[in-house]
This record gives sequence, structure tokens and C-alpha cells, in this order.
Amino acid sequence: MAETTSFTIEQFYKFIEKGKLMSVRCTECGKVMLPPKPICDECLSDKLEWKQLAPRGKLETYTVIHVAPTQFQSLAPYAVGIVKLQDGLKLPGIIKNVAFEDLHIGMELEIEFDASLPSKWPIWPRYYFKPI
Amino acid sequence: MKGKPLASIVSAGLSKFGKMKGLYGRELFAQAAKEAYERCPNLDPKKEIQALFVGHMGESYEHQGHTGATAADWAGLTPVAAMRTEAACASSGVALRAAILAILSGIYDVVMVGGLEKMTHRTTPEVTEFLAMASDFPFEQWHGITFPGLYALMATAHMHRYGTTEEQLAHVSVKNHYNGSLNPKAHMQKIITLEDALKSRIIAWPLKLYDCSLITDGASCLIITKPELAKKYTDIPVHIIGSGHACDTIGIYERESYTSLRAAKLAAKQAYEMAGVSPQEINVAEVHDCFTIAEIIAYEDLGFCEEGMGGRLVENGETRLDGKLPVNTSGGLKAKGHPVGATGTAQAYEIYLQLTDQAEKRQVENATIGLSHNVGGSGATATVHIYRRG
Ligand SMILES: [Zn+2]
Repeated sequence: MAETTSFTIEQFYKFIEKGKLMSVRCTECGKVMLPPKPICDECLSDKLEWKQLAPRGKLETYTVIHVAPTQFQSLAPYAVGIVKLQDGLKLPGIIKNVAFEDLHIGMELEIEFDASLPSKWPIWPRYYFKPI
Repeated sequence: MKGKPLASIVSAGLSKFGKMKGLYGRELFAQAAKEAYERCPNLDPKKEIQALFVGHMGESYEHQGHTGATAADWAGLTPVAAMRTEAACASSGVALRAAILAILSGIYDVVMVGGLEKMTHRTTPEVTEFLAMASDFPFEQWHGITFPGLYALMATAHMHRYGTTEEQLAHVSVKNHYNGSLNPKAHMQKIITLEDALKSRIIAWPLKLYDCSLITDGASCLIITKPELAKKYTDIPVHIIGSGHACDTIGIYERESYTSLRAAKLAAKQAYEMAGVSPQEINVAEVHDCFTIAEIIAYEDLGFCEEGMGGRLVENGETRLDGKLPVNTSGGLKAKGHPVGATGTAQAYEIYLQLTDQAEKRQVENATIGLSHNVGGSGATATVHIYRRG
């Protein structure tokens, strides 16, 4: 079991802090998972390894959020989308540096890593998408 | 055996839905329970109800968990076997499923199933935050994606893929507001126009205020029995003949499709097969219109139309009260309101009224077979139930 303990969300965000987008690959069946999970959701193996992903891809769908939760009040309105990464995996996030009217499905985006950390749980850094 | 009753509804109750100032969730549940007791004079609730299943989404709203016992207490049912189920907006759809299984187990003859939520005493940002708890925290909420935001992502994808329009979304809202105007228990009883809907303020583009269900207080319940006992309690039971329940990834981004809910399609398939009916045989349906796009996707997932044709189905009026297949005759989550935990059994309550000719101004004539479709979060849980007039 020891080798599974590090395939965690906590570890995923530690990599983000270092500017790395990491997925988890099952060494038994080859399934690559984003988000990281401690057991392969295809074959249930726990023989896993970290696999770095290229931090860019294409926008699959998007929205502009006007009514935000308490924490994001100051940012609203802001765009969020789901990006299909070059490796075929998908990741949602905020899209910055873009005029809302320029948002379109298929546009190329890359990840900007923000290493600053909040002071209380969850102590996770954030990442954003921006046009290439 | 296909179409064999699994359990039978012998009574049902619904609190008034709306901003129920000064009333807590458990007090609303007591209102619903009292109505169900009064509808069924042949039943002695204190002696005959053996268990209570209650859907409730969030402790955050009222700083109150442990809802099974709390609801039993306020409904006068202690010391029955009481439990809470939680599956976000499908909390009481799942409770209904659990209650049916409990009856089928043979252990219980009569159980109550319901749901409750008290929401309107909180601010909009607070409710936005609490509702978002139905979605994935580390990858969705943490990156500012709200609950309307998730359905907006589906709407954008549906519009791009199938040419669905903002006008078609607005048609869902106009229809459900009209139906709500005929339901004295609905939160909103106001007719709106397409223009009202299209001009309302943006919540998460392309979804506007009138594309979103309401923040509502309310509670609902049903009393269900073994089918063979139903006639002991009422001359007009409603039989539950199909039940489906499935789940999907908590994160929407992990899914292959953003224009269809896999869990809902699977739950529908299970329920149709169990009931031995086809989508074309449904006479009236309550579907989970937490957002207008969700109703359009529901038509497609439930087989009421081809994939991608949901927008046209509503635009052509086919799901109106006078259409071929009336959907959300209660006003739906959009106009009747969406007290999250109460919604699944509130849908069943409407189908119960329809199949017992008690829906008054919104009665669908000759309705024999009904369906309810209850979705949790952005589709990570879905239940589908099929009912037949007794
Ligand atoms: Zn594997």
C-alpha cells in the first residue's frame, strides 16, 4: 500500500506549485488519470506512476460566471472552461487574459501556474488558462 | 415480471413552496406529513408507519444534520427507523429508491419517504457556495466554477453541437412558469414572456436568471406500502412499476459528453425495462429542470426525442400542458421551486396527483403512466421512477 499513498490531490497541487501539470498512469493497463486517483478506475490496480502533461490544449466548452460564490466575488464576471489537453485528458479552470467575446470552442489555451498559497486549508496553489 | 408494482403510493403531502419566513425545514416537513396523514384516513400513522427515509442535501443552511431523526420527531413518528439520504439535488429521489427497496425486502409493510430543505434565509453568495458542494471541490469549486456554471458549460456545448438557441432555453422557462401559475403551492405563480426570460440578468452565460431554478424552502413526502396492501388504505393508489438509479464521475470534465448525462440515461433504461414501457407510452413527466438546459437534455436522455432535438421539442410546444407529452406540470424546479432535498419526492407528489385526477387546473386528461427524473449535482447521481394509475 505504501506506493499508493503519494498519488493524492495534495501531491498534485505540490507539483502545480512547482509549475508541473501531472497525471497518474496505471502501469498495469496504461490508463492515464486526471485527476489523480489512488486506484486505477479502469482495472483497479494500484501500480501507478506520475506522468507529466504538456500544459496546453483546446477549449471544449466555456461559460462566463456573473454570480460568484463568496470567495470569488471580487473576480466576477470571469470566464471558466474545460480544456482538452494535448494528451487527451481534460481539465477545468478559469480563463484569463481574454475578452469574453473572443472566447470560442476550439481556441488554443495554455496554463499559467500561480505558486502563491492560501494561509488556511486547503493550502493549494491555483492555475489558470490563457490564450497562447 | 415487467410492469409488476414494486410498491404503491397510498398518500402524499407537500408543504407550500416559497420563501417560508420563520419556518424551519423540519416544520415544513411536518406540514407535508400532516397533509399525507389527512389524505389517508384509513391509515394510522403512529401504528402503521414503520420507517422514514428523508432526503436532505445540506447541513450548512440550518446548521442541522441528523435529519432522519429530526424529521421523524417533528412528523410525530418517533421511534420509527429513520434515516437521511444525501445525493445533492437527488437526495429524495434516492430516498424513494431506498424506500422501495425497503418495501421489497419484506421487512416493512408501510413506510414514509420524503425530503426537505430550508434555503431562503441565507444570502445568494452563501447559497451559491452551499449548492456548489454538490460538485467536485478540488478541481471545480476551487477554480471558481459554480453550480449554474456547470450547467452553463453543458448549455454552451449543446448550443455549439446541436444549434440549440437561447430562445429554446427560454421556452422551457415560459412553459414551466405557466404551469406554476396553475399550482397554488408553487413558489412563483407568475406567467412570464419569452422576452422577460431573454432579458433577465446573466447568472452564468448563456444561462440567465429565468434559466435557473429558484432558491426555495419546502418539504414533500409520500406514504408507500406493499402493493397488495394498497387497497386497504385507499381506492386510488398509484403503483411504482419502474425504478432506476446510477452514478457518474463527480467532475463533469472527466465525462465523454457534456450534452448528455450518462447516469440519467442508465437510470432511465433500468426503469423502462423494469416497467416494461417505452418512452412513447409516458403520459406525464416531471423532469429535473434545475436549469432550462437540464430539461432539454432530460428530454433526450429519457428518449422523448432524438439527441440534439430537445430544444425543438419544447419550441414546438410538445411538452406544454396541452401538448403530446406534458412535462413539469407542477411548474418544475423552475417555477414550483427547488428546495434541493425535497425535489425528488415533490416530483413524485405531482405524478401522484396526476395519476389520481387530483391535479385540478393542471390535470392531464387520461394520464395513466407517469415518470419522474431526479438528478444530483451536475449529473453524478440520477434516479428515474415510472408510475401507473392503480
Ligand atoms: Zn489500470
